[in-house]
Amino acid sequence: MYKIVTKKELTPNVKFFEVHAPAVAHKSKPGQFVIVRGKETGERLPITIAGTDPEKGTVDIYFAEVGKSSTELGLLEEGDSILNFAGPLGNSVKIENYGKILCVGGGVFVGAMLYQIEAFKEAGNHVTAVFGYRNKDHVILEEEVKAIADETYISTDDGSYGYEGMSIVEQLLEKNKYDHVFTIGPTSLQKNLSDMTKPYEIPTNVNLFPIMVDGMGMCGACRVTVGGSTLFSCVDGPEFDGHEVDFDELIMRMRVYNPQEKIAMVVKKMEAEQ
Amino acid sequence: MAFNKPAIDMPKQMPEERIHNFEEVARGYTKELALEEAARCLQCKNPQCIKGCPVNIDIPAFIKLISEEKYIEAAKKIKETNALPAICGRVCPQENQCQKFCIVGIRGDPIEIGRLERFAADYERDAGVEMPEVVKDSGHKVAVVGAGPAGLTVAAELKKSGHHVEMFEALHVAGGVLMYGIPQFRLPKEIVQAEVQYIKKLGVDIHLDNMIGKLYTVQELFDEGYESVFIGSGAGLPRFLNLPGENLSGIYSANEFLIRTNLMKAYRFPEYDTPINIGEKVAVIGGGNVAMDAARCSLRLGAEEVHIIYRRGMTELPARHEEVENAEEEGIIFTLLNNPTKFISDGRGNVKEIELIRMELGEPDDSGRRRPRPIPGSEWRLPIDTVVIAIGQSPNPIIQQTTEGLETTRWGTIITDEETMLTTIEGVYAGGDVVSGAATVISAMGAGKKAAQAINEYLKKKES
Repeated sequence: MYKIVTKKELTPNVKFFEVHAPAVAHKSKPGQFVIVRGKETGERLPITIAGTDPEKGTVDIYFAEVGKSSTELGLLEEGDSILNFAGPLGNSVKIENYGKILCVGGGVFVGAMLYQIEAFKEAGNHVTAVFGYRNKDHVILEEEVKAIADETYISTDDGSYGYEGMSIVEQLLEKNKYDHVFTIGPTSLQKNLSDMTKPYEIPTNVNLFPIMVDGMGMCGACRVTVGGSTLFSCVDGPEFDGHEVDFDELIMRMRVYNPQEKIAMVVKKMEAEQ
Repeated sequence: MAFNKPAIDMPKQMPEERIHNFEEVARGYTKELALEEAARCLQCKNPQCIKGCPVNIDIPAFIKLISEEKYIEAAKKIKETNALPAICGRVCPQENQCQKFCIVGIRGDPIEIGRLERFAADYERDAGVEMPEVVKDSGHKVAVVGAGPAGLTVAAELKKSGHHVEMFEALHVAGGVLMYGIPQFRLPKEIVQAEVQYIKKLGVDIHLDNMIGKLYTVQELFDEGYESVFIGSGAGLPRFLNLPGENLSGIYSANEFLIRTNLMKAYRFPEYDTPINIGEKVAVIGGGNVAMDAARCSLRLGAEEVHIIYRRGMTELPARHEEVENAEEEGIIFTLLNNPTKFISDGRGNVKEIELIRMELGEPDDSGRRRPRPIPGSEWRLPIDTVVIAIGQSPNPIIQQTTEGLETTRWGTIITDEETMLTTIEGVYAGGDVVSGAATVISAMGAGKKAAQAINEYLKKKES
């Protein structure tokens, strides 16, 4: 069992947990993920690691309540325990001095992006951060990223706060010469960004999170076509060359259980009402 | 030659009933049936059956104890050499092992050794298992990686020798393939967990959620003070066909399909959160036990038409005869002498059809089986909602990649000494599917026994 040391409700559906898992905290690096199972009937949820405190023995995660398992995970309170917390899994992002880099984070994944940015800064990079959100109400970690990155731009899909959509990224790519681009966020964002950086021939690392079950290379649910070969996101990734990923296939594969997610939520609601 | 009575059948759930539930198909012998079957054993002076057992169970001795109605003693006799009898009694391919050598079997049905083993183990479990006496602490510390059949065997053996044993399991539950692979209706998970509990009660610590190679490397285990490490990480990496359209939704590896169904209990969705898509028509590619398991799960998940697609014929099916028979009884369609060539999309990313090509059998190949070859121009299409690819598993590569000096074959299996299971690193032993490639539960346990013996000797040698 893994105790929730700190819990924060950042937006109505985004939660932050600081989880006591000393061995995981000791080993985790930016880009890696944990598999979390809140209770016996829960799914194995892959969640990207967003920071650690090896001395306290804690691991930080941000997650959005998008399905039944994640919604129930969000109901746990400080002092409660998570049943399973396995990691660190997957490969870490290669941290080195690339020079001038652009880091684009989206939605709940800005926490994981911030973890990468801290490491990139420490390695001597000049970091331009673009953090994107659905709208003003979903903006999180703005102050935190501004305190670390050399330049920070905030955007929202509807323009209700900061820049609108991906326009700022287009402007930045036009005006500046970046040595490398890193992104983690909704798959559509990672796809759009990869499409945008391709004409500039800027190496672009994406961090994918397809559907996973074990997260340890056993099931192949997370298989993704990269440069024409089938790879497993959990053990071969989750970081890949964004210019080589078949995003259309990935997006289709990620939708496959949408009907079941809805059923599970409806049943849950009916049970709660009874 | 005396007339041999035929073997006593084991009661089973009727096919029309069992295809709608996940409860165990075979119900096990009653006391009366067990006594009747045990009475058929000749108690040979020179028993051949033991030769066929990878863990050398004293088979005539435990059958004699059953005849004397000393059921718990019978279970204890088995446990002298086999820590997991309730499991082996259910999933061992006895027809190719102990029962193959049974003298009674020369002129009639061999003794149903597996069914008797299961009976004794179940009887003991229901009566409440007595723990063996605690052995004096040897002062030695051993790490066992992977809590599947090989690892559990090593852990039990080494604990009985007085060593401090800790197990590291990557998944959220111990048991390995017994939990994630073999379905509930063939091996109830409660029985696996009862055997795991026995090993925990012996004093073995099991750390779940611990993926060795990621959380700790093998070297780090030595740094932590473990004097020897056993690797039993299994064959968890699914193989795919590498055919066009294989990444369409609705196409599962057998591992994913069985992990969702067994480990995550998707058959109880939405009570359990993990879903599975089944549809009406399912095709399982492959002819082994895993393929039979996937096909039979599909029926129970609500599929109406389930095909086993295999490139050879009925007599070449690698699955156990008993499993093929169960599948046939349940209405699985054997679409044999066919091989998939591609998967066709419905235009929205889901599989809609499989293109198959008919095969014929030519000359025997290296394995002695007749080599299948495609009949040119015989392609046809089978409409399908779900495909399960059950063509085998390779070893999970993480430990091999993160352990310097650990040599592997070109198939990714760990190289070991055949007798001691010693790897290319001093103090590191390996066994089970990670060494043999995907094989049986009992062969993994046999390797575990050999390794435990070698580790014992290694630790003893270190003392002197």
